[in-house]
Amino acid sequence: MAEAAIVVEDLYKSFGQLEVLKGISLKADEHDVVSILGSSGSGKSTFLRCINLLETPTSGKVYVRGELIEMVTRKSGEIVPVRQKQVDRIRSRVAMVFQQFNLWSHMTVLQNIMEAPVHVLNIPKAEARDRAEAVLQRVGMVDRKNYYPAHLSGGQQQRAAIARALAMEPDVMLFDEPTSALDPELVGEVLRVMRSLAEEGRTMLVVTHEMGFAREVSNKVMFLHEGLVECQGIPEDVFENPDSERFKQFLAGTLK
Amino acid sequence: MRFKDKCDAWGLPNDPIDFSAIVCNLPLYLEGLWVTVQLVVMALAIGLILAVPVALLASSRSIWIKALPKAFIYFFRGTPLLVQMFLIYYGFGQFEAIRESFLWPIFREAYWCALIAFTLNTAGYTAEMLRGAIEQTPFGEIEAAKACGMSGALIYRQIILPSAFRRALPAYGNEVIFMLHGSAVAGVITIIDLFGAARIVNSRYFVPFESYITAGLFYLIMTFALIWLFKRLEHRWHAYLRPRET
Repeated sequence: MAEAAIVVEDLYKSFGQLEVLKGISLKADEHDVVSILGSSGSGKSTFLRCINLLETPTSGKVYVRGELIEMVTRKSGEIVPVRQKQVDRIRSRVAMVFQQFNLWSHMTVLQNIMEAPVHVLNIPKAEARDRAEAVLQRVGMVDRKNYYPAHLSGGQQQRAAIARALAMEPDVMLFDEPTSALDPELVGEVLRVMRSLAEEGRTMLVVTHEMGFAREVSNKVMFLHEGLVECQGIPEDVFENPDSERFKQFLAGTLK
Repeated sequence: MRFKDKCDAWGLPNDPIDFSAIVCNLPLYLEGLWVTVQLVVMALAIGLILAVPVALLASSRSIWIKALPKAFIYFFRGTPLLVQMFLIYYGFGQFEAIRESFLWPIFREAYWCALIAFTLNTAGYTAEMLRGAIEQTPFGEIEAAKACGMSGALIYRQIILPSAFRRALPAYGNEVIFMLHGSAVAGVITIIDLFGAARIVNSRYFVPFESYITAGLFYLIMTFALIWLFKRLEHRWHAYLRPRET
């Protein structure tokens, strides 16, 4: 059995006085698709962002493929990574897709996708271009490769952002509410791409409000409430026999 | 040499407007034009190179790092270019330490003093524009770069500066035109730039309208050329902001 893709142990995160995460642990094996659910303010996005250190955890451990991200507490009390190089290297293997797409607006789709492979992974340009074409094919965006982000619909932008993440050939993909900023009729095209990624065995951690996706595509579900794991397990158990009152309420609220 | 004689024969003109003195002195104007172009191009080039590090430091979150670059920006935006140039050309010569240093060959020449003043002045303005543009970089784009594993230096080089330069472009186009026009102050400290040439022609023939309107026309032509140039640059670099052409 290979090393688990992501292991999080007892993660805490506070913003000043506000404690957002109160000890969360997670183990995602290779090929796992984990859906992280929770109402707004439950800490699910913060949790995801702690994994690639876009937020610095207050305490707790994060292992990526068995490698611990080393943190140290400074004299000032500030917690920082021991080696930024290690963080950058791990980030290059853990791709992230954002709610607001966050494509680089001054670059075309193709440039967006080639950027990190060329400058972070130091892949020759010609090869990066081939790789970009391949991932664009994968998300059905080849015909839009020379468009600027502002000239694309939200769904197309998000698919381009997924292609950008795929071009890094990451070990793990993090999705932070990838469909929440989209018009309802554009959600489907993004979910279809994500579903196909899950089917080809990619390891994915998905913060989402799409209950259909969580139920049908993921093999693990985790429900956060006020910074704690309220319930988790395989979707059949969690959705069919919820033992948590809060999760029942949450489900009732999402099924309108 | 008939032409030259005719020019020298010019006393006070009888006609209200007479450009023959200007025509005779066209070479002087062209020399002045060349000096103006040299001063402005060099000042803008060196000023832009200086402005980048100043802007980067000024956009730092640390008060200690940004104090000095901010002071530089405030001084050069806060005082007139003429005052800055006089300080360097007339003011520095007052100090024996400077007169006896290896820098004196530079500070005693009006040309170099004007170039230094122009360079620092445009560096101040350009740095402030860039600082604003750097700080306006969409936060999500920086996060996306971090999430790809880009190092801080790489993020500046590939994401923040390229997008900041694009945002600053229209304002910078204005700065270039202001610098061209501001460079006329060089004519005040003995330099024969375009304005200096006009002053000389006026003092020789007393044709203030003709001599200054000629200089003005040259400035106008250069300004139009710059406006056209920046329009082209904006067309090229702002394609991502325009509605898509179908």
